[in-house]
Amino acid sequence: MKRDLNIKVHEITRVEGHGNIVIDIKKGKIKTLKLEIIESPRFFEMMLRGRRYDEAQHIMARICGICAVSHTSASLRAIEDAMDIKISRQATLLRKLAFDGEMLQSHILHVFFLVVPDLVGAGSIVPLLSSHPDIAKTGLELKRLANEICEVVGGRHIHPISLFPGGVVFTPKAEDLKRLKKELQSTFAGLEATLEFLINNPFPEFSLEREFVSLKARGEYAFYAGEPVSSTGKEIDSKSYTEEVKEYVVEHSSAKHAHSSKGTFMVGALARLNNNSRQLNTRAKAALKASGLKLPCYNPFMNNMAQLIECFHATEEAIGFIDELLDIGPRNEPLAKPKGHGRGVGIVEAPRGTLYHEYEIGKDGLIKNAECIIPTGQNLRSIEDDLHAYVPSVLHMPKAEIAKGVETLVRAYDPCISCSTHIMDVSFIE
Amino acid sequence: MEAQEKPKVAFFSFTCCEGCQLMVLSCERELPDILNHVKIVNFREAMTEKSDDYDIAFVEGSISRKDEIRKLRKIRKQAKIVVALGACSSTGGLNCLKNRYPMEEVKEKVYGKKAAKSYELIDTIPARPIDAVVEVDYYIHGCPISKKEFLSFLTALLMGKKPEVVNHPVCVDCKMAGNICVFEKGLSCMGPVSRAGCDAICVTYGTWCWGCRGPVDNPNTDSHEETLKRYGLTVESVVNKFALYGHCKTKNSKH
Repeated sequence: MKRDLNIKVHEITRVEGHGNIVIDIKKGKIKTLKLEIIESPRFFEMMLRGRRYDEAQHIMARICGICAVSHTSASLRAIEDAMDIKISRQATLLRKLAFDGEMLQSHILHVFFLVVPDLVGAGSIVPLLSSHPDIAKTGLELKRLANEICEVVGGRHIHPISLFPGGVVFTPKAEDLKRLKKELQSTFAGLEATLEFLINNPFPEFSLEREFVSLKARGEYAFYAGEPVSSTGKEIDSKSYTEEVKEYVVEHSSAKHAHSSKGTFMVGALARLNNNSRQLNTRAKAALKASGLKLPCYNPFMNNMAQLIECFHATEEAIGFIDELLDIGPRNEPLAKPKGHGRGVGIVEAPRGTLYHEYEIGKDGLIKNAECIIPTGQNLRSIEDDLHAYVPSVLHMPKAEIAKGVETLVRAYDPCISCSTHIMDVSFIE
Repeated sequence: MEAQEKPKVAFFSFTCCEGCQLMVLSCERELPDILNHVKIVNFREAMTEKSDDYDIAFVEGSISRKDEIRKLRKIRKQAKIVVALGACSSTGGLNCLKNRYPMEEVKEKVYGKKAAKSYELIDTIPARPIDAVVEVDYYIHGCPISKKEFLSFLTALLMGKKPEVVNHPVCVDCKMAGNICVFEKGLSCMGPVSRAGCDAICVTYGTWCWGCRGPVDNPNTDSHEETLKRYGLTVESVVNKFALYGHCKTKNSKH
């Protein structure tokens, strides 16, 4: 369709952080199409320099309010790698439990508060409280419980307190863990209802083949630990990940972009599902089957379905972790002490994808250098590639519909602009 | 505020992690009730609708780019009440740690030479609290804010009362929480001079007070120094700890 079109979505809503979408089409040809990241950058790498190693996780958690547990975990694992610290099984379990809490919290916030309004044509969850009270209340209740997991383990979800180099500095009481377990067991009904809702309100059809990168772990679906792998079959050495995952600066974004040796790649729930679906637990496998999502899946809109499937997985996994913790005690333990210093890498699967922290720690325990690669930064190129393929396919539609479509597409990635510095606003130029 | 009409509330975000907005969104049980009493007209992270007509503006984040100064002034002009939401907004927070270095170095180290010279989006200025730019009516402290404090603040404001800002040290909250003193564990703590209101949550969950709410209005620094001496600690060790959250406001003062 040889059409002129100019769209500018200024400050995309229902995403984490500030971003704009700018589209300029002349006679059906794309002249300009970009996702501007306008968030004011924070310079954490510099904030960390010269601070004590046991302040790093506290500082780095504050990169992001949504995925603070992920940043804390990546930070702790980088510190512990650099200083040769081995933590106990109980500490690992508590950290993984908090991680499941965050995965649930973040995915539920995205699916219910940010995505479901699009599916029913609302601007936020507020009108849903009266128009779709069941689904809205289910969302609020699931989110509250997810927060509670993090509270029981870490004191709070936003910037957890007890996760500390060498282990954890707070041990939850058995009765609190038992209460959590009981509540978690009761949430599957809500998750099932949500799955049905998503099946009945289908996501747009769209497909663009690409590479997926995620961690892979032995014996479990990787969230808290693992080694980075690509859907091409390539294994990435975690010590030299920057040889494969390369960041670069573009002028229209205060968040850096990234490419692999093959070019564009995607990280996040859909990438994990594509790479590791065999390791999902029983409930999640059943949800995957019921969802109709076929793997490999190249439709970024289905990232939201992947998030919901991961909610089934995280819930069942969290119950298992609680059982094991209850077998152990839980008991108070001293922190494991540092035995060395030097360079360390910590990689986790944050809700939005693979998150890398790398520090150099001196003999004096002070941080000399810090680097960090954020999931949303890795996805920006993939988002722009999608927009380039998606916009021509919907050019016959009214402008407002196109604007809504591109905003929904960007939102499907659950971009976290605070993290990547911070994202969103759509603009077309006509 | 008219008794009949619900006050219009807006949330704005500058340089920060948006954790304080999320803390508001995490009032899941209270949210439906809150919406009975106020009309939220601007909350980019959670809703599509936007309006520039509002009475109360909650502002999170520090100011660290020139365009943020302009946006904040516009907000001040519109709002009857401006509330600083959280540490980045009320004291500058952790963001001020970057102020230890020249801004050119900060930009170059993170984005490289070329981008540092010419890219407008990364043209950072030293981070500062919002009251360095506009007048602020109320402060809600903390990194992140406490949900309990936010709710009691909102309740007081809606009832026409003057919301109170806690001005006692964290040691008081810590005693109430029944915690063992951090100094007794052989660690140093910012609690004796730091603003409370947090229920000493960091100590309860196993660390020390990090001083995220800044110092109380009249910190008893002499007594803090004595405590440090008693436990064989130096003032310098604590000054460095205080710099974590206090770089914007304390770099020229004793503590």
